[in-house]
Amino acid sequence: MSKVLIIAEHDGTHLNQSTAKCLNCAQSIDDAGADVVTLGNQCAAVAEQAAALTGVSKVLTIERAENEHAVAAVMAPQIAALADDYDYVLAPSTTFGKDLAPRVAALLGVGQLSDVMSVEGPREFKRPIYAGNAVVTVQVPEGKKIVATVRAASFRPVAPSGGQAEIASVQISVELPGHTRFVELLSGSSGDRPDLQTAKVVISGGRGVGSEENFEILYRLADKMNAAVGASRAAVDAGFVPNEMQVGQTGKIISPDLYIAFGISGAIQHLTGIKDAGTIVAVNKDGEAPIFEIADIGLVGDLFDVIPELEKHL
Amino acid sequence: MDKILVGLKRVVDYNVRIRVKPDGSGVVTDGVKMSINPFDEIALEEALRIKERGDASEVIAVSIGPPDCQQQLRTGLAMGADRAILVEADQETDPLAAAGIFLEIIGREQPDIVLLGKQAIDDDCSQTGQMLAALWGRPQATFASKIEFSNGTASVTREVDAGLEVIDVDLPAVITTDLRLNEPRYVKLPDIMKAKKKPLEVIGAGDLGVDMSPQFSAVRHEPPAERQKGVMVEDVDGLIAALKDKDLLG
Repeated sequence: MSKVLIIAEHDGTHLNQSTAKCLNCAQSIDDAGADVVTLGNQCAAVAEQAAALTGVSKVLTIERAENEHAVAAVMAPQIAALADDYDYVLAPSTTFGKDLAPRVAALLGVGQLSDVMSVEGPREFKRPIYAGNAVVTVQVPEGKKIVATVRAASFRPVAPSGGQAEIASVQISVELPGHTRFVELLSGSSGDRPDLQTAKVVISGGRGVGSEENFEILYRLADKMNAAVGASRAAVDAGFVPNEMQVGQTGKIISPDLYIAFGISGAIQHLTGIKDAGTIVAVNKDGEAPIFEIADIGLVGDLFDVIPELEKHL
Repeated sequence: MDKILVGLKRVVDYNVRIRVKPDGSGVVTDGVKMSINPFDEIALEEALRIKERGDASEVIAVSIGPPDCQQQLRTGLAMGADRAILVEADQETDPLAAAGIFLEIIGREQPDIVLLGKQAIDDDCSQTGQMLAALWGRPQATFASKIEFSNGTASVTREVDAGLEVIDVDLPAVITTDLRLNEPRYVKLPDIMKAKKKPLEVIGAGDLGVDMSPQFSAVRHEPPAERQKGVMVEDVDGLIAALKDKDLLG
């Protein structure tokens, strides 16, 4: 019996890459392997993807009509019941995991660790506080179950293939509440562009881009570079782009190989979201912009001049 | 609806540059400006707007912490909360204990909605609302960017990684607020004067019978790893060359 249980994040068809990152974290806790639980309704494809991941001991599937959409109040009692057999319950530190893990922990009567960035020992972990401006090492006393969310940007995903874990269907007989109902998901289409959280290259725009229309030149550059497109809070607040593109403390924390920021001044809350990028490039008209303090390559210039010239070289 | 309970956490102001103490025991908070957690301020603003459009009759602000939290509660009263409760605790209160305290206050006040910030900008935990909802056995709608009410149900738009998710929750419920829900009002001087006369009740955390023992122990604090100083390039050619140098252009 593996000691670590990972709650898989998926959309009914695709396993989110954050699950593979949780597995990497789990291996630092216990290299004997971890179990993955998928909650859903007819999501066999997801269970198969999870079973193929390196380091999975067993995939447990809980299929119920109520699990069609990820509703924390519905999922939490099922996971809490399953957690009886485990010492650790891990979820990704995405909006999915952040919504769910505390509810699971409270049902189990234990605290929860948010945004684990490294495993220092079986019961000792590092996590960021104050928007990443300090790092605290925390210890969990013996005898307590550990429920944690894993900071995706701090862990590489395990290999997505090669594993051949057993898939077992589990029946959990707990009563599920009907007080919370999924209605709909509205999302701005990013077309065929790569996902912001998994893309190797991210092109990002800020207030300096100026308008929704002007973002087109960023999309065009992104398509040439096979990049995802992100934005600062200022650009989202101004209505240039939808909220799911926001990068930063309250948006997405990302770790691409290359991050190129156009017209982003670099508020501390934005920098928190990009500190784990391999290389940060900043282009800004204002040479004093704080983003230049953490950029690996900085260019003082007008993005409307720089981007067309850059495109010519690609 | 009758009552809305709002949580106001006292935190280091978001404009303060955080410094870790040399001995690693924490971050410097002496002589540092303290404010209402920005997400909690949004929660209070939303509660006030709900009341102002006639959907609630009373807004109660609750804080947990040292006596100094009264400053943040007075600010909340000046913004428009009707009364305030300080649950006095000497030690740091972790999210599970905070949720237990809110549950006790819920038992006394019987609110229809509990509005909390989605996270506090000091410990960045993002847990209290969800834990409270679990202990209370009620719905949670986290990361809210829009809230509407009809017939005992709240329809909440949530900011999630995939976009905007809409869920319906039966009341009473816990709702946690995201940045784009609203822009909090500024406090006017006459309101600060008026706030001094509004009721502020102080309860000892120990009197509520909640287990306050910490769930974890902080071993040490340290500043984050610094990124190495980068280079400035003169023009696009320089940028291309620098990217090629790092093997980042195919």
